[in-house]
Amino acid sequence: MQIYLPIAEMSVNVFLLLGLGGGVGMLSGIFGVGGGFLMTPLLFFMGIPSAVAVATEANQIVASSVSGVLAHWRRGNVDVKMGGVLLVGGVLGSSFGVWLFSVLRELGQIDLVIKLSYVIFLTIIGSLMLIESIKSMRASKRSVKSKAHHHTWMHGLPFKMRFRKSRLYVSALLPLAIGFFVGLLAAIMGVGGGFVMVPAMIYLLGMPTSVVVGTSLLQIIFVTANVTLLQSVNNQTVDVVLAMLLMVGGVIGAQIGTRIGGHLKGEQLRGLLALIVLGVCAKLTFDLVVTPIDLYSLGGGGGH
Amino acid sequence: MIRRILTLFICVTVFGGFVRAANASEITVDLADPVVQITAGFSGTDLLLFGVAPGDGDIVIVIRGPIHDEIVRKKDRVLGVWVNKDEITLEDVPAFYAMASNRALDEFLPGGIANIHQIGLENLQFNPKDKSLVTEDWDHFRHALLRNKQRQELYTWDPLPLIFKGNRLFRTKVRFPANVSVGTFGIETYLIRKGELVDSHTTLLNVRKFGVEASVYDFAHRQSFAYGILAVLIACFAGWAANAAFRKT
Repeated sequence: MQIYLPIAEMSVNVFLLLGLGGGVGMLSGIFGVGGGFLMTPLLFFMGIPSAVAVATEANQIVASSVSGVLAHWRRGNVDVKMGGVLLVGGVLGSSFGVWLFSVLRELGQIDLVIKLSYVIFLTIIGSLMLIESIKSMRASKRSVKSKAHHHTWMHGLPFKMRFRKSRLYVSALLPLAIGFFVGLLAAIMGVGGGFVMVPAMIYLLGMPTSVVVGTSLLQIIFVTANVTLLQSVNNQTVDVVLAMLLMVGGVIGAQIGTRIGGHLKGEQLRGLLALIVLGVCAKLTFDLVVTPIDLYSLGGGGGH
Repeated sequence: MIRRILTLFICVTVFGGFVRAANASEITVDLADPVVQITAGFSGTDLLLFGVAPGDGDIVIVIRGPIHDEIVRKKDRVLGVWVNKDEITLEDVPAFYAMASNRALDEFLPGGIANIHQIGLENLQFNPKDKSLVTEDWDHFRHALLRNKQRQELYTWDPLPLIFKGNRLFRTKVRFPANVSVGTFGIETYLIRKGELVDSHTTLLNVRKFGVEASVYDFAHRQSFAYGILAVLIACFAGWAANAAFRKT
């Protein structure tokens, strides 16, 4: 069954979209990742204009983050104050990102910038995950003790703030900067940015892992909501029909994934996800490097 | 050059008008449906066109979409990656272009008439917005536009078959792909007899979005702020609903 997407202005198969949403949702349920960084490139491969894919995916992430944050909220795993500071940075970063997006679109370079950003980030994440899963598979018996709260230059920064829930006393500039960077990524790449924010919160800020996911989800809701709103106003690239189809598939897939995830072994799964990420990355790189069928292309910002 | 063509064009149109008045319009054309509706299930459509052309002669029909500016970009290799570099904005580019005729055009259509009425892709006249950009290279951009539009199935190079039935009744079928633009399309029918343009007839076709699709598109473009707010609210509700549904089970 075909459905015509009003903003993307193309006709796609409903079941393909639901399946895609379900598949990525399942992966995100199993691995506890957002899934935006897989969904957006898959939308490119389907032929959805990249500007529409990015803006619409931000809209879908609002839904999955709301659903996630509610679960963490009930368990009290959200540091609202930290989330608030992160999101001030996030709103600034994503607003700047959407402005940059419009400029790049005008110049005809948005496609390239989105895809290059994906290649860079997917390479880093995929390799890190693969290395880590291989390491932990090898040394699964040895328990690795990593820790220590090092004192670095970051603790010398001004505007110190106390975050009771995270048991931290750090400069507000740090979470502001992290939030800004993640907001920028959300606007340009259509991702929640959890894959950058979670490690940054653990390793840079030194937050306890229990509150990291819930707090990052809280910030992601507001940042992706801001991206959705600004993309709608500036570029008219949010396709609600596409977003709703992805949400339905994603929600169902995530529930199935969460249940499957509990029964499976961590390291192998993580290795598998790393391979998927690297596979998507390889395809994106290939498309950028291989000589296109036609050196000339038409149109504003979409079009490949 | 352009001005001369334009003057010629006006002369011909005026003159053509006299001819038409004298002959009291020889051809009549009608559409099975004067409106093409893009609805939720739209995946392209076939438009049926029929008409009558008394007396002998050949028919060529041109279907032209609304005109707009089109940016054509050329990629170059930078550090191994293909990057958009040079670009030209072309004016008066029809969003859609198709033809239909009862036999090969070169068998009956004189080049002069084809040129004046822009019949055939090679006769389409669009110009760069920035006139200073007219270099040798610019023809590459022109051809690239034609090539890309053909790949998107929005332009056709060879005329579609037009079939004469008994009593000079003719009909043809035009394919509108799913990615067709909305707007007013012109359907021009030319009757050519012994190398002369005997009669022409223009009728209009409306392609528009309809139903939910139209509402969503209009809403997104006219009230983009409210649209954005609504998109966020829908997502929040979906997320809450998913969480609530999951908690019960």
